[in-house]
Amino acid sequence: MSNPIIVGIKRVIDYSVRVRVKPDGNGVVTDGVKMSINPFDEIALEEALRIKERNQAGEVIAVSIGPSDAQQQLRTALAMGADRAVLVQVEQPVDSLTAARVFLKLAQKHSPQLVILGKQAIDDDNGQTAQMLAALWDRPQATFASKLELDGGKAKVTREVDVGLETIEVDLPAVISTDLRLNEPRYVKLPDIMKAKKKPLDVTTLSDLGVDAAAGGGIRTLKFEAPAARSRGVMVKTVPELIAALKQRGVL
Amino acid sequence: MNKVLVVGEHAQGKLNVSTAKCVTCAKAIPDAHIDVVLLGSDLSAVAAQAAALEGVQKVLTVQRPENAEPLAAVFAPQIAALAKGYTHVFGPSTTYGKDLMPRVAALLGVGQISDIMAVESATKFRRPVYASNVILTVEAPAGKTVVATVRTASFQPTGSGGKATIEAASVNATLPSYTRFVSRSQASGDRPDLQTAARVVSGGRALASAENFKLLYKLADALGAAVGASRAAVDAGYAPNELQVGQTGKIIAPELYIALGISGAIQHLTGIKDARTIVAINKDGEAPIFEVADVGLVGDLFALLPELEQAVRAAK
Repeated sequence: MSNPIIVGIKRVIDYSVRVRVKPDGNGVVTDGVKMSINPFDEIALEEALRIKERNQAGEVIAVSIGPSDAQQQLRTALAMGADRAVLVQVEQPVDSLTAARVFLKLAQKHSPQLVILGKQAIDDDNGQTAQMLAALWDRPQATFASKLELDGGKAKVTREVDVGLETIEVDLPAVISTDLRLNEPRYVKLPDIMKAKKKPLDVTTLSDLGVDAAAGGGIRTLKFEAPAARSRGVMVKTVPELIAALKQRGVL
Repeated sequence: MNKVLVVGEHAQGKLNVSTAKCVTCAKAIPDAHIDVVLLGSDLSAVAAQAAALEGVQKVLTVQRPENAEPLAAVFAPQIAALAKGYTHVFGPSTTYGKDLMPRVAALLGVGQISDIMAVESATKFRRPVYASNVILTVEAPAGKTVVATVRTASFQPTGSGGKATIEAASVNATLPSYTRFVSRSQASGDRPDLQTAARVVSGGRALASAENFKLLYKLADALGAAVGASRAAVDAGYAPNELQVGQTGKIIAPELYIALGISGAIQHLTGIKDARTIVAINKDGEAPIFEVADVGLVGDLFALLPELEQAVRAAK
């Protein structure tokens, strides 16, 4: 099928979990912690599905780079409506540059009109992969998208920027990164979960794709620490007391 | 010696304060020579402003019509070409820098360190992850260009008594035409900018409507404050997107932050952790915002807002 869309699906600690550093400072506690699709990636998938439902795209291919357990998130993506899924199975998390190289290989293989990725993953908060992919692929990027309209070989994208909203036009194929207000992802229904079990989910590796993780950015994490906590302040009962407290602190 | 290239940000003839903050971060690199690069179609005014930044040796300008709008696909190859000879390339963690810098890093074939909050050495940095619930110390590999974004809330702007030289740079880079600027909606009004304001008044879902949200503006005006919003308030359409404060919105560090009807989800608290004084007003005394507030007041927003506005005006 022509005109596919590739979507990135990252398995992350659920946004509602209060993440804690392990006592040895070597990572964060993941035992028994709820894992989910990165929220921005759910938005990316929803957008791809809507484009397909408007008959503006062929297949929607969900791609994850992660451990074997990331198949759970890909099954959810299939239940939401992705046509097929690819897990690039890795033992250790890869950096953004390596992830971008994986998506580049898949883009070269499938010739998608769009690659839609989340603007950031809520675990490492890096926000890099979409821009890096666009650079390596030598294609346009439209980051922080809050509106996406396809028109022939072009896309008009509204972006959430610091001063407000910016609209750009990009030639396809292009890389899009999603912001929160692009859409509201659908809920998965039970029959869809059953159907998703029959959809193809291929497992591959970095070496199958010809990507060398050792040639990535090489930025090493030396230490994980909990941030300095803010302490609880005073409670006041009335507005005059509040004003007095602010004056005392020298901020009014 | 370390050579740091700071990628400047500007609009309408004004240098964004994020550039002065990046220079402060660059000054923390040991033995650093610091240059600023500016791209644009008319740079005379901003180049002079950048040249006044303390600690900057040279301001490089790349002036050409294609640089009229800050398109990452157009800027990145020029910055990558100019990065030769520099040990570090820094940009701000504003939407401009977040859009541009990873593209520069990939063109240079290196990784990127996002959101530097502290410099430990020329290659070691601290940065927040998991909505600032975890702080990482990371190390960039030796012998490669360090490309990074600087968390602007963590650094004060450098002073403006500098006298850098201004030099037009010629860049040999092929610029793509596959990305075109269409339009930009500017934030309205003459309120202080949320990202740099000393005081911020912020509203949450409890405001319950776009109409009610406007009540906040009166208090903000009385205080000379910028207005912010929680994600819930923006998602509900009470406030425009550029007001969102938090993990996925703006990270700010005002002197005074007043949170009205904001419960205090972790993702929101991430955006205000560096505020000097946090005031929380909420009808739910159990709301998590009170765990981080310096001053808390439990009560009905709609009764307290006008009273607070009057009290602020009287206190002037």
